Amino acid sequence: MKSKHLNACGNWFINRFPLTKLWNDHMAQYYAPKNFNFWYFFGSLALLVLVNQFITGILLTMNYKPDAGLAFDSVEYIMREVPWGWLVRYMHSTGASAFFIVVYLHMFRGLIYGSYKKPRELVWIFGMLLFVALMAEAFMGYLLPWGQMSYWGAQVIISLFSAIPIIGDDLSLWVRGDYVISDATLNRFFAFHVIAIPLILIMLVFLHIVALHEVGSNNPDGIEIKDSKDPWGHPIDGIPFHPYYTVKDIVGVAVFLFFFATVIFYMPEMGGYFLEHANFIPADPLATPEHIAPVWYFTPFYAILRAIPDKFAGVIAMGGAIVVLFLLPWLDRSPIKSIRYRGGLYKKAILLFVISFLGLGYLGTQAPTATATIMARIFTAMYFGFFLLMPIYTRWEKTKTVPKQLTNQPTIEDRIPGWIETANEMVKEVEVEKEGQTVRQKRPDTAGIGKVLLRTAKNIKESLD
Amino acid sequence: MSEQGVDRSKRQFLTTALTVVGAVGTGYIAVPFLSQMQPSTKAKAAGAPVEIDISKLETGQLVRAEWRGKPLWVLNRTPEVLEILATDIEKLSDPTSVNSEQPDYAKNEFRSIKPEIFIAVGLCTHLGCSPTFRPEIAPNDLGDDWKGGFFCPCHGSGFDLAGRVVKGVPAPTNLVVPPHRYITDTLLLIGESATEDKA
Repeated sequence: MKSKHLNACGNWFINRFPLTKLWNDHMAQYYAPKNFNFWYFFGSLALLVLVNQFITGILLTMNYKPDAGLAFDSVEYIMREVPWGWLVRYMHSTGASAFFIVVYLHMFRGLIYGSYKKPRELVWIFGMLLFVALMAEAFMGYLLPWGQMSYWGAQVIISLFSAIPIIGDDLSLWVRGDYVISDATLNRFFAFHVIAIPLILIMLVFLHIVALHEVGSNNPDGIEIKDSKDPWGHPIDGIPFHPYYTVKDIVGVAVFLFFFATVIFYMPEMGGYFLEHANFIPADPLATPEHIAPVWYFTPFYAILRAIPDKFAGVIAMGGAIVVLFLLPWLDRSPIKSIRYRGGLYKKAILLFVISFLGLGYLGTQAPTATATIMARIFTAMYFGFFLLMPIYTRWEKTKTVPKQLTNQPTIEDRIPGWIETANEMVKEVEVEKEGQTVRQKRPDTAGIGKVLLRTAKNIKESLD
Repeated sequence: MSEQGVDRSKRQFLTTALTVVGAVGTGYIAVPFLSQMQPSTKAKAAGAPVEIDISKLETGQLVRAEWRGKPLWVLNRTPEVLEILATDIEKLSDPTSVNSEQPDYAKNEFRSIKPEIFIAVGLCTHLGCSPTFRPEIAPNDLGDDWKGGFFCPCHGSGFDLAGRVVKGVPAPTNLVVPPHRYITDTLLLIGESATEDKA
């Protein structure tokens, strides 16, 4: 009886809303390639962090005051006197950094497996717009605690607008709403951070996913699974997103939360990288802190800005570093998607790009000494070289043959015996006298270690060819 | 639906006309929406000129004031400093202030109306940090070439005591000299120039 009523109720709803269709199109009958590896966790993790930021953000607004006179104290009030306020605030501040870690890895995944290539250019563009919106969101959020670094960081970044010829000064005045960073700026950044940009983020996430589900997911082999279908019209190499990947993603979520919780409870400031020390001093418009550095996720772009000796050219280079990412689908001329079948030239180029990006990220946190500036210039040239020379070197590369269907990669279980063997190779058993007895003990074997290192080096070199 | 007897050109005209009217309406509403982000009347009032009494400013002394929320410096320079400023120009990247922001009446070697009284906005022209006042000659941390000036702790830009930037630092131009005039011999007005047609 009861289930009959429940059914009737369900039918009433389904006749009026395409719930079944939505569920099937995007979950139960959305066919994703069966060979997703760990790189494919970061999309769903980004969504998880977004939800975390929304919930904790809403809770924070209940006690935060967007007023130059009250903001700093209201954050301290949240930390000390609101029940569990410290947890909510640390979840939000750590979530911001976690968001960028997850998104950078997600973007790198796209880079190595060619997920930006035809037919997924729009997925990439929407993703890049998400990245820009996320940077705006993070920058504006960082002003809200109204500490010294909030204030002077915003001062430095808004000064960037004034480098634009002719309209620059009026533009930065319009952004600030005052002649300096002031209450007006704080109040409007609050509005943007809490209402405007979150709405844009949600819309872009929607577009990103709709565009993805239209063309289907890429995979580590870079093969279109829609090209080979079974008699029922489903991709042979595809498995329904639900339950296979929902369950798999839960494992990723668990691992992520393990790290996330560790940071929140044991190192919420992350040694000054997630929450900078100078930000525990209230904003003082008349005194600048000794050393100004942005939060870690902006440092690669900040280092590019500082590397250029000209102020306007520096701003252009910093903007250009993001614009070239948008152009990636058209800069890369190779027909092959996945790094597994691409030429050694491209692999080496990616390696140099990663080095330059991490190098810039490090230099952006350091004071600009003469050596650091020269290093930053070299890395900046590498960064832009990777993108702007792409139309040339991607034509030269010697690609490998791409298989028709997905390949089977060895799993961790498959690899374990090999690892044990390698470990054994590096030790030798020797007989030692111990308390009058002869015992066999394992000792590191120099020759063995040398052999393994040589082989590893050879393997790395081969995999780069 | 029957398409007979439909005047397509009229339909097209109405569509176009409505689009144009809609675009104009959008343009009109965009003005208040965008303008409301401009500084408010209150913020502009705070940006009004400020008076500074310098009758008690001793030689070699720097006073700080606030103008438009920015740090403002008034420095009374000694004759020795003026001597250095006139001669020690090799190290400067813009000694004659060609590319820098100052009123015409301060576009001279001392960047001031009266040689000894120097007025500047205390914000580095690089990215807006506030430099520190370092009048001493050849201090330990800044080296033997330092003849007194302003030093920015953020990115290491140095300026001499006329706010002129030294070579090879990130700051592109000299410190900004705001518009100012003398109401009386010892009363300064910052934020307004003396003009002939002023009532």
